[in-house]
Amino acid sequence: MYALADCNNFYASCERVFEPHLEGRPVIVLSNNDGCVIARSQEAKLLGFKVGDPIFKFKDVVKQHKVIVRSSNFALYGDMSRRVMQTMRLFSPDVEVYSIDEAFIKLDGLKGRNYEEVMRQMREAILQWTGIPVSIGIGKTKTLAKLANHYAKRTPEVGGVAKVPQKPDEMLKTVEIEDVWGIGRQWSKKLRNIGVSTAFDLVSVEPESIRRSFNIVAMKTVMELRGCTYFKFEQSPEQRKTLLRSRSFANPVTSWQKLSEAIASHATRASEKLRNEDLVAKVLRVFFHTSLYNRTDPRNSAHATVELIPPTNVTHTIIKAALGAAKPIWKEGFKYKRAGVQLLDLSSGPVQCSLFDSQEGQDRDKRMMVLLDAVNASMGAGTLHFAATGFTNVMQMRQLRRSPRYTTHWDELPKCLCGLD
Amino acid sequence: MVEELRLPLVGGRVEAGFPSPADDFIECSLDLNEQLVANPIATFFVRASGNSMDGAGIHDGDLLVVDRSVSPAHGSIVVAIVDGGLTVKRLTKRGARMSLTPEPNKLDQGRYAPIEVGKNTDATIWGVVTWSLHRLQCTR
Repeated sequence: MYALADCNNFYASCERVFEPHLEGRPVIVLSNNDGCVIARSQEAKLLGFKVGDPIFKFKDVVKQHKVIVRSSNFALYGDMSRRVMQTMRLFSPDVEVYSIDEAFIKLDGLKGRNYEEVMRQMREAILQWTGIPVSIGIGKTKTLAKLANHYAKRTPEVGGVAKVPQKPDEMLKTVEIEDVWGIGRQWSKKLRNIGVSTAFDLVSVEPESIRRSFNIVAMKTVMELRGCTYFKFEQSPEQRKTLLRSRSFANPVTSWQKLSEAIASHATRASEKLRNEDLVAKVLRVFFHTSLYNRTDPRNSAHATVELIPPTNVTHTIIKAALGAAKPIWKEGFKYKRAGVQLLDLSSGPVQCSLFDSQEGQDRDKRMMVLLDAVNASMGAGTLHFAATGFTNVMQMRQLRRSPRYTTHWDELPKCLCGLD
Repeated sequence: MVEELRLPLVGGRVEAGFPSPADDFIECSLDLNEQLVANPIATFFVRASGNSMDGAGIHDGDLLVVDRSVSPAHGSIVVAIVDGGLTVKRLTKRGARMSLTPEPNKLDQGRYAPIEVGKNTDATIWGVVTWSLHRLQCTR
């Protein structure tokens, strides 16, 4: 049994936790340099905003409907995401973080308990503790959990939690083929041509014929909809959305030199994996902490989240971002036991050209990466590597409307009025 | 981000050959977070602004520790959402009636009116204030 917990309109919800006056108003969050829409509140969705819309084209709509426009605030989103995921881990040890705002939860460890009841309690805890509303779908397989989640999101009567029933036909009939996990837009078109327009229709098709007309992944999706597990934990029919590289140190690390080398090496391996899978990352999280078990030495746990602009898989850019984020939070005097780099918000989409980055520069990076990978593939991993010593600050981006980093900066804490009301 | 800072409980100078007998008493160091932050996942820090809670020991500029996992009770000091903003008040519950009461200095009493929840104003509890940290002297 799996559950999929997905934060509702996550970025907009994070903004609202600390600015309750945004409740009920349309909120949109912009990409780096305040260019395009990357997230919308429900109200903004209803106004017709789409992800990717360039904001300058919508000046009139923004003015007319008093749309709240925000620059992205990944320091805040990253910290809130961590809180949400940690709350989930209190309910089940098996949590697979699927993206910055969604996670699969394995429920088999909760044997004997009512899954739906436990998930309702978890939903309540996340909402009360972090202020973030989540929707939860429960099903025998990950694909069914995704489907139930989709159902829960569109059916307010269920109170945010839906389970695929014993007789799933009615629920399957309400889900359009495009909304089935793992069925891309292209396959949907082809499926509709042969009369398959809902999840229910897809279940009725002979899996073998799906394999012949599409591929093995599509067939697995059909089997999963029928209740047979094909995508186990950490497996999915779609490209991965997060990537983690971390390791414990054999000997505790105290110097920035050693720590930065470890972080650079994790960043290098993560970048290689990205290129291997033809993906780019948009958000990077770096973390390091002292031993969780040693109670006598001073303890410290630090993490920071940064946005990669533009999304990238270039090793030296990722190293630079990771070290740039890690340096300010590193502290002298601690014996660090573990460090890691996590890449979030992965996509295979074309790398957007940023205002400050020339196409020329990107082409050069690309050629350099091809060479790097070729050399390392033929002569052994790590033959060619970056000497990650100095670093410069990550490029300053245009973020004119970023909300304060409420949870990660002492001088940007939320203000609480004790005054005349 | 919750940083942990540990201060040694007992300090002894290390002298080669002759360890201080006091060193044997070092068991572990004290981490202020253990006192201030019971549930890190649900704990947020906010900054107080204004004087309406001076009587409760919350002064302008104080750092407040807010635990959203604590259930608000009669007499709790809470951060509440009033008119879309965050405000600090003492929560009083009388039967089904709830009000948010300011607690200024004696001299200022009467300047601030309590808010009767549900009457004219809608209010939601955001979290319970568990600590107020008031700086006595600039150390930096």
